[in-house]
Amino acid sequence: MADLTRTDVAHLAALARIDLSDAELDRMVGELAVILDAVATVQQAPIADVEPMSHPMPIVNVTRPDVVRPSLSPEDALAGAPEAEQQRFSVPRILDED
Amino acid sequence: MTTDLTRSTAAALADLLTQGSISAREVAQAHLDRTAEVDTAVHSYLHVDTEGALSTADDVDRRRAAGESLHALAGVPIAVKDVIATRGLPTTCGSRILRGWVPPYDATLVTRLRTAGMPILGKTNMDEFAMGSSTEHSAYGPSHNPWDLDRIPGGSGGGSSSAVASFQAPLAIGTDTGGSIRQPAAVTGTVGTKPTYGGVSRYGLVALASSLDQAGPCTRTVLDAALLHEVIGGHDPMDSTSIDAPVPPLVEAARRADVSGLRIGIVRELTGEGFQAGVRTRFEQAVQHLVDAGAEVVEVSCPSFTYALAAYYLILPSEASSNLAKFDAMRYGLRVAPSGISDPSAEQVMAATRDAGFGDEVKRRIILGTYALSSGYYDAYYGSAQKVRRLIADDFTRAFEAADVLVSPTAPTTAFRFGDKLDDPMAMYLNDIATIPANLAGIPGISVPSGLADEDGLPAGFQILAPAMHDDRLYAVGAALEARLTAAWGGAMLDRAPALAGTGAAVGPTRTKEA
Repeated sequence: MADLTRTDVAHLAALARIDLSDAELDRMVGELAVILDAVATVQQAPIADVEPMSHPMPIVNVTRPDVVRPSLSPEDALAGAPEAEQQRFSVPRILDED
Repeated sequence: MTTDLTRSTAAALADLLTQGSISAREVAQAHLDRTAEVDTAVHSYLHVDTEGALSTADDVDRRRAAGESLHALAGVPIAVKDVIATRGLPTTCGSRILRGWVPPYDATLVTRLRTAGMPILGKTNMDEFAMGSSTEHSAYGPSHNPWDLDRIPGGSGGGSSSAVASFQAPLAIGTDTGGSIRQPAAVTGTVGTKPTYGGVSRYGLVALASSLDQAGPCTRTVLDAALLHEVIGGHDPMDSTSIDAPVPPLVEAARRADVSGLRIGIVRELTGEGFQAGVRTRFEQAVQHLVDAGAEVVEVSCPSFTYALAAYYLILPSEASSNLAKFDAMRYGLRVAPSGISDPSAEQVMAATRDAGFGDEVKRRIILGTYALSSGYYDAYYGSAQKVRRLIADDFTRAFEAADVLVSPTAPTTAFRFGDKLDDPMAMYLNDIATIPANLAGIPGISVPSGLADEDGLPAGFQILAPAMHDDRLYAVGAALEARLTAAWGGAMLDRAPALAGTGAAVGPTRTKEA
């Protein structure tokens, strides 16, 4: 199987929104290669025609009665926010300026 | 009183409290004093709530004095793993990204503890977001094994196992995604149960892998585990995967401890090679004890277990990478500005925060999961792992036709030394080889002490697995084994643990990773 290159890992880190340093990237390329080698053995199991299993129990949709019930107050919901303003989460810009 | 209350079981404390011969305050205070004495060395707790524990205890004493009818465990204190949301108490999951976070709500299981009148002593240490088998991945430094402070207390729930083993708490809550309750129990000489998936509400449990996570009891005796399991178990409408059926009679099963005629299946793939000699010897002796108690032994084969570790280390990182996406520096937790960028975007802040806030193991697993789920690789990795998961569940179904419970050693070795496996992720992952299959299939398991390994004098664990919703069998078999072993030893195994020095500096490393 194809090994992950340093460029691949950098791309995955970007997808996962983790700003890895060069040293971290170097280390992780080697570690992931070892782990991937080990986990790739799932492909050698007799899995042809086996139904995938995502969950230990049969999943059923669960609903609740459509009634109002207590929820977090705005103060409680914002209590852990890194920054809050006007009873809202304050966040960095999400668009480029130009 | 002259008796040391911290050495009592939860069941004995409950009796004394009910009789009124001790107060809940005395019990809570005794445990807080013990923590003040030994936790510098053991480091079980990330946060101790002296005021809250005493206030709950006082409330219980007041209500008892007023003649109110209280829960059997009212006034019995408990420690809670730091991955469980506790209103008003810090919940960090052992991560820098949640340093100082105080949840605005209680997990359902915490609500049940509070309703039962059980004082919460504090929050216990863990590998970051429950990823690890040693607590060495905690951002706040490792916990230490009370049997040998240079060794790991297991993980991820090493804070809970060491708190119980060092008599800082009679009971603790753990969570088990691939063995994080059972393996710490095994290496500290304590008892730990992973209930049937859906048996204990996950509402308020910070998710690692949602299809595998399950909270459960960490205790010193099988009966105590059953008592606690009954408090936290049962249906919860706040968790859509919670089982809407009664919890089987666990305490009754533990008290009866009856294994006559029970078929005990030894899993061929979970014995033999790869397991330390002393661990194997204690396992074989334990099986003989069960035979002497009237059980019948059969050998079963679960051939797909060979692939369980590989499937687990694809499924878990995949689910974790998705679950941990919520740590985005926007609504709670750490926010770090990237250096050298003026007016950074939300995305840049997110990436800088996640780099600064997550430790190595968490980053490794998030990136592995991102890869396993990525387009073009999904079928080969995550898809194949899900098919292996089915094979493992099928193996269990077949095995439970031949046997009522399955048994194996809980962990392949006794507690290892700090640093031994830290730089070799695959070696660390192998600690969970015997515990992982139960999480993949959703079935319940317990670890009970089987004795001390001859070669190093350290605790070994005996794992019992039962079909889903038959958690009572764990307690029947566990209690039968415990009774016979305790009689053979002439007392509880933990009585043989070295006395912890009254205070003093921590022995062994207290390294805080990348502080």
